[in-house]
Amino acid sequence: MGIIDNINKLFDHRVRLGIMSILVVNENADFSRLKELLDVTDGNLASHLKALEKAEYISTEKSFIDRKPNTSYQATKKGRNEFKKHIDALEKLIPK
Amino acid sequence: MWFKVLLNMENKNYLNDINEIRSLMNRSSRFISLSGFSAILAGIYALVGGAIAYYFLFSNGNERVFFNENNYNTASIFLISILILSIASAYLLSRKKARENHQKLWDGTAKRLLVNFLIPLISGGLLILIIFHNQHYGITASLMLIFYGLALVNAAKYAVGNIHYLGYAEIVIGLLCAIYPENGFWLWLLGFGIAHVVYGGIMVLKEKQA
Repeated sequence: MGIIDNINKLFDHRVRLGIMSILVVNENADFSRLKELLDVTDGNLASHLKALEKAEYISTEKSFIDRKPNTSYQATKKGRNEFKKHIDALEKLIPK
Repeated sequence: MWFKVLLNMENKNYLNDINEIRSLMNRSSRFISLSGFSAILAGIYALVGGAIAYYFLFSNGNERVFFNENNYNTASIFLISILILSIASAYLLSRKKARENHQKLWDGTAKRLLVNFLIPLISGGLLILIIFHNQHYGITASLMLIFYGLALVNAAKYAVGNIHYLGYAEIVIGLLCAIYPENGFWLWLLGFGIAHVVYGGIMVLKEKQA
């Protein structure tokens, strides 16, 4: 096993991996920004966000912009660490 | 054999993953609609503007090409024209490129780029105005503070955290230092000493909270 251990099952999906990629290089991103970048439907994105939130890899901040509710997402410290471990593991699996 | 094929497929997927991660990180954090052509155009405007200005302002006699009381207004008009033309070109070319790539021109990355671009630019502009006004040269401390601040603001784009706030502070202190060069030493201490300590303290507290 060894390096396979660090492959995180939670990141084993294009959308979840995408959400984390965006949130580790940006302080935060709101729902519509994520949707635009990832090119997914509302329901699909929401369910993946929920999964990451449940694992405490991301946190949310609700606010109002022009009286419209706006949810902004950011990566937690735990999420960043797990994501980094996952990337390191991926890199090791790819033959040079 | 079967295992090997499976392994290769997996490798391919992981490679795709890595490529997708890289692309998303770039697309989400960097403004990508800038056109190199707008830089070329800006350079051409500057060359042409400079040539015209040289011809009209300095053709008689062997005056040095520099601001003075006589040509201040005319030269300013040339500079502002070049600036406006360059900004307009950059805007139009970026809009074109964004359309071609089916992307929004004005999004988070564009905003960030503009803010990061304008902070050093406006600071430099104010500094130049102050120097023009006072004609003094004892501004070493001021320049140190300002350029340190600008370096921080620029570096903040590539680092996690909020170094840019320290950068803003250094720039403001540097500008004050240019207005009051007699207090240069104290402002230098404020910028490099106190600001660092205060900022470092805030960072430590924030890290503990996270």
